[in-house]
Amino acid sequence: MSAHRLPAPWGTRLDRAARVPFSFDGRDFEGFAGDTLASALLANGVRLTGRSFKYHRPRGVFAAGVEETSTLVDVGEGAYRSPNENAATLELVPGLTASSVNRWPSLRFDFGAINARLAAVLPAGFYYKTFKWPDWHWYEPSIRRMAGLGRVANASDPDRYEEIAVEVDVLVVGAGLAGLCAARAAAEAGARVRVLAAGPQPGGALAYRDPQRARELAASAERAGARIATRTLAFGVYDHGLVCAREKLVEQDGAQRPRLRERLWKIRARAVIAATGAFERPMVFPDNDRPGVMLAGAVEEYARAFGVACGRRVVVAANCDSAYDTARSLREAGMEVVAVVDRRREAERGRDPGPGTRVIAGAGLSAVFGRNGVSGCSVRQDAAPTGRAERLDCDLIASAGGFAPAVHLHSHAGGRLRWLDAEAMFVPDGPAGVVVSVGACAGVFDATAAAEHAELAGRALARGERLPPWPAPGIGRSLAHTALSGARGKQFVDLQNDVDLGDVALAARENYRSVEHLKRYTTTGMGTDQGKTSNVNALVALGEFSGREPAAVGTTTFRPPFVPVTLGTFVGRRTGALYRPLKRLPAEAWHVERGALFEQFGNWWRPAAYPQPGEDLHAAAQREAAAVRRGAGLMDGSPLGKLDVFGPDAAAFLDLMYVGTVSTLKAGQARYGVVLNEHGVVMDDGIVARLADNRFWVNTTSAGVERTAAAFEEWLQCEYPQLRLCITPVTSHYGNVTVAGPRAWAWLASIGFDAALAPKAMRHMTLREATWEGTPLKVMRASFCGELSYEINLPVDRTRALLDRLWARAAEFEAVPYGIEALEILRTEKGYLHVGTDTDGTTLPGDIGMARGVERKAANFVGRRSLLRPAALDPNRFVLVALDSADGRTLLPVGAQIAPEPPPTRTQGHVTSSYFSPTLGRPVALAMLERGGSRVGERIKVHHLGRVIEAVVTRAPFVDPEGRRIDGEE
Amino acid sequence: MLRIRCIHCGPRDENEFVCGGTSHLTRPPLGASDGEWAEYLFFRDNPKGLHLERWRHAQGCGAWFNLARHTVTHEILAVYPITERPPAIVERTPPSAEGSR
Ligand SMILES: [Zn+2]
Repeated sequence: MSAHRLPAPWGTRLDRAARVPFSFDGRDFEGFAGDTLASALLANGVRLTGRSFKYHRPRGVFAAGVEETSTLVDVGEGAYRSPNENAATLELVPGLTASSVNRWPSLRFDFGAINARLAAVLPAGFYYKTFKWPDWHWYEPSIRRMAGLGRVANASDPDRYEEIAVEVDVLVVGAGLAGLCAARAAAEAGARVRVLAAGPQPGGALAYRDPQRARELAASAERAGARIATRTLAFGVYDHGLVCAREKLVEQDGAQRPRLRERLWKIRARAVIAATGAFERPMVFPDNDRPGVMLAGAVEEYARAFGVACGRRVVVAANCDSAYDTARSLREAGMEVVAVVDRRREAERGRDPGPGTRVIAGAGLSAVFGRNGVSGCSVRQDAAPTGRAERLDCDLIASAGGFAPAVHLHSHAGGRLRWLDAEAMFVPDGPAGVVVSVGACAGVFDATAAAEHAELAGRALARGERLPPWPAPGIGRSLAHTALSGARGKQFVDLQNDVDLGDVALAARENYRSVEHLKRYTTTGMGTDQGKTSNVNALVALGEFSGREPAAVGTTTFRPPFVPVTLGTFVGRRTGALYRPLKRLPAEAWHVERGALFEQFGNWWRPAAYPQPGEDLHAAAQREAAAVRRGAGLMDGSPLGKLDVFGPDAAAFLDLMYVGTVSTLKAGQARYGVVLNEHGVVMDDGIVARLADNRFWVNTTSAGVERTAAAFEEWLQCEYPQLRLCITPVTSHYGNVTVAGPRAWAWLASIGFDAALAPKAMRHMTLREATWEGTPLKVMRASFCGELSYEINLPVDRTRALLDRLWARAAEFEAVPYGIEALEILRTEKGYLHVGTDTDGTTLPGDIGMARGVERKAANFVGRRSLLRPAALDPNRFVLVALDSADGRTLLPVGAQIAPEPPPTRTQGHVTSSYFSPTLGRPVALAMLERGGSRVGERIKVHHLGRVIEAVVTRAPFVDPEGRRIDGEE
Repeated sequence: MLRIRCIHCGPRDENEFVCGGTSHLTRPPLGASDGEWAEYLFFRDNPKGLHLERWRHAQGCGAWFNLARHTVTHEILAVYPITERPPAIVERTPPSAEGSR
């Protein structure tokens, strides 16, 4: 291997005093601070760095920036493994551990390389055509194993990510010559300016071509007030001037882990200046993917920025005047330039090649020798396909096919492109919304013209003035077609996806004329390349094979993201406990002390039960439910949804919101109500109590309070704005302790509750405001369990005090704390439905026994008209019923379907709630059943995973159907 | 992500808002035919161009308001109170016929 380090001043990015150890595929190497993984591998003579996606061909470092697709590596180990990192932009840090991808068992002996031998039978569309019969799924597992690149970590990422939002007047993307000139001018004109530099230092190509000038320019922009962010790459332009960028932080704090790894920038800009440069276009010739074939600009950058000579004897494959600059640079670096093989005729060349350069004009490469590295090439005239080829010995081929402006941000913003025929490139056709391109990405390659245009554009955007005229774009003549006529072998247009001219020709033959279809059929421009290097060569080839000019073929649309962005960056802090933060009870510690088993209900973290030693959840819930029926229990009902509805029109408004009538309530009275949406579907239920003429206490379900409050607001603001009231969600202002059971009142009385709250003084479904030890209470008598029950609402910070006082006297009343599981048992015994459990998105009030409520109400209410639709009046609707299992022992599984025949068959309903009743000593269940109301007494069949369970339709409540227990012990 | 000017709070990011769909719909009376009711309940225009819709500043002041948005460019031509008719500039900009419904 002939790559080697060059002495200073080559290597402007390097700090040669700082040696950096790293490993690649298990071998230990050393680089310098300032290296990328790619430059360090090249300097260490590592030529084979990857395998291609489809044919598993050997590949080496090809480029020096985001367009590198051949050297993708997995970085880190275990949970820190990060797949498919681009080695050309990955900064070397001490201890970096990288491994090549897409090879097995090793890079040199790759089993998948057999695909290369099979290339003749693996053309474009091969998978679509071959694996269709009899079923793709037969083949998928083995194909998936062969395909794909890196491997993701199999544990969640311990590193942290965060996001930041900023606003600026002018955002400059790219910190090269044009970007810095634009930023300085905009800042001098008084704008708030930010500049995003993708790499570790500003300057772009200037940073290694003229480091002194790059430093001065960056410093002058900063003096003018522009703020430069490094390692921050803009990956997308979105609506209304939003630009998103990814900042890499890993390189800044060494090896400590876990750490803050990346930051997502959401930048809202009044104007965006794109100064993102251009990609070099690769030449198309046989075996143009061999390790040792590189982009010419990359060869120069590795020499100047990283002090790496990528070879000793170079052949420059040229289609552009820039090749001669590269040749001169490489000679300066001490490399031998064997020849510049220029595809253009001599007359098409725009400059003097300089003394001592051998130029072979009108010629191209017809073969590349060497497999895991380049040992030479043959060259012949395009005009003489049968003529004799000359063999050139070389270890490096620098590919200078012309340039493709990086128009991605312009395209994200919806900008149009213009094809320059002589230069064979797409350039922006004017600005795109808030995005104005300058420099090479605008097609302006002349440094003086670019700097001047950028300055004028920066100043104009800062001042909100008219934009300056666009300078004439271009860089001199480049041919669109760079392949030699009659050349044989694999001539790649897309190295990453292994798409060659033959694949494009096949697609054209099969009439894939749209470039978008070409992309999907051949996969060209997919993966991480996204057309950066492949786009122009692919569309030129498609034009050639389908007899059209490149301008007529057009280009695929560039969409965000410009580079791959790890999902963690988008997730930011919204993961783990912060993904959807739980709502906590005001007296959570009290329940923890009682040994509560917590579970998530809706978004609340609540006790499911309070198991005693030896009890599981089921046993604890059975015991707690029985204790409530026998003595008393207390439950923390704080999550109960609570709305304060206040105003002279509050009653009229609630009449519209509920199926039941609210306005006839007297102060202190409460009523059960159901809330519908406009489709008539049951959305929530709860109890409404009147506190005063113009004030109501509205309870919703715990899970439904947000959507109910939002619906109320929408109706009020959008449809009934003339009504005078306001709706205040107060759920978190009030704790709620529910005390239930025959001895509930005795228990409350024992801690000093006012006798006015006794069952004799205060009837079921009423609300009293009272005080207890100076604490104001709203006490509701309502029951979800069928027993005497007090829902005590109190200031949230007094919740614990009430629980403690009750608990101190609990033993006297055989009282227990009970959780949600016991509550579910108790309410199912009573046949009380739970919205969202027993109902779903089809349930109408008539289906849950509310038909009479609807008929009785004369006034309109939300959803009423929908209850008259034919579907709502269908006699075959599913309605809520109670079920007994026929043998009195078998628990009916929730979700099990009801039908006369085993499935597959049409369902007649399903089991919605099912518990073992400790009160009755047998299972009880609720179900939605077709025509259920007229089927009481009927035997039905319940199907569950192949089992058939017989059940009998019955009536709820199962327990205390006469409602005698509601006032407690006598 | 759009930048939306709340009638109370000024310009804020889209993720503070919820969209409530087409605005200025008129609810038919209780006696409307099934056809009229279904038209109101289920059928919406899908214009390529100007669309009048209502949004709520859900993570902010809570206000509902109307907004005139171009469905292709996302340009927001006007923001106006929920109880008002669209301003004149919007009335003069009919949606493109193409793509409607
Ligand atoms: Zn607001």
